Amino acid sequence: MHELSLAENIVAIAENYADKHEISFISEVEIEVGMLAGVEIEALEFALNSAVVNTNLESANLKIIYISGLGKCLSCGLTFNMDTLQSRCPDCNDFNPKVLQGKELRVKSISGE
Amino acid sequence: MAKKIKVESNILKKNNLTAEENKKYFRDHNLFVLNLVSSPGSGKTTLIEKTIEDLQNKIDIYVIEGDQQTSRDAERIKKAGAEAVQINTGKACHLNAVNIKKAVDKLKPSNNSLVIIENVGNLICPSMFDLGENLRVVIISVTEGEDKPIKYPNMFHSSDLCLVNKIDLLPFVEYDIEQTLDYCREVKRDLDIMKVAAINGEGMQKWYKWIADKSGLFKI
Repeated sequence: MHELSLAENIVAIAENYADKHEISFISEVEIEVGMLAGVEIEALEFALNSAVVNTNLESANLKIIYISGLGKCLSCGLTFNMDTLQSRCPDCNDFNPKVLQGKELRVKSISGE
Repeated sequence: MAKKIKVESNILKKNNLTAEENKKYFRDHNLFVLNLVSSPGSGKTTLIEKTIEDLQNKIDIYVIEGDQQTSRDAERIKKAGAEAVQINTGKACHLNAVNIKKAVDKLKPSNNSLVIIENVGNLICPSMFDLGENLRVVIISVTEGEDKPIKYPNMFHSSDLCLVNKIDLLPFVEYDIEQTLDYCREVKRDLDIMKVAAINGEGMQKWYKWIADKSGLFKI
C-alpha cells in the first residue's frame, strides 16, 4: 500500500502550492498517473480520501488523469501502446521495449480561492 | 476569485531530492550501497549474514535493516559481525530515502565501505522509492513461483541483479529455474542473474565477484 505514501505526498504538495499562492480553499487537484507507474488507482483513491481529512483539500475534487503507456521497440524501432511492462512489439514480437511514457506520477495543477 | 495554479510536481519529489543527497554522501565517502529487495522469506537476511562472514576480511560492511516491526534482523546481523541499524517502518510497507539518510547518520560508515540495505519484504511498494543506492538487487527463491518476475514486473524492471536463492532445494521442489530466467529477461533483457544458495555457499563466489567488480573497492 505505497499508495498511502503517495497520497500523503500529494496532499503535502497541494497544500504547499496553495500556501504559496494564497489559496485557502482548494476546489480541485489534477493528478497524472502513468499506466506503467505501478500504482493501483483504486488504492490511490482510497488512500487519498483518508489523507485529505482535516486539510484544506478535504472537499476538493480529486481528478486522476491516466497517461497511457508508450514504448519503442528496440529491434524494429516501432512506437506502440504498452498496457504492461511485458507488452511486446505488435510488429516483430520483440520483448522488453524502451518505455517512452507511462511512468509519470505528477500533481499537475490545483484550483481554488 | 477562483484560480488554477500549474504545479507539475513529481509526487515523489521529496523522496527523490533526499535520494540525491544520499547519493552525494555515498559518493563523497566512497561508499558502495546495495538495496536488497524481495518478498518475505526469500532468505535476504541469511544471504547478508553469509556475505558478512565471507567478505568481512576484505571490506568493512554496514547494514541497514528495514522491517515493519522488531529488531530481530539487526540482532542477527550484529551477531554475524557487522554494524547494523534497524528501521521500523510502522504502517509503511517500504523504506524511503529519508529513512536511509537518518540511518546513515546513526551508522556513520567509514569511508570505502560496503553498505547493504535490507528493504522491507515486499515485491511491490519498495520498487518506487529510490534510496540513493548504487545498485538494486532483487532476490527470489526456488520455493516461490517461477512467475514472480512477470507478476511483479516493476520491481524486476527497476533492479540491476536478480539472485535466485535456495538452489540447494531444487531436488525437492517443482521449480523450473530456466522459466524464471526467461521471465526475468522478458521484463528486463539486461538484468544480471545468478543462482545461489546462501545457506551452503553455493554460487556465492559469483555474487562476491559481482560486488567487487561493481564497487571497485576490493578484489576477489
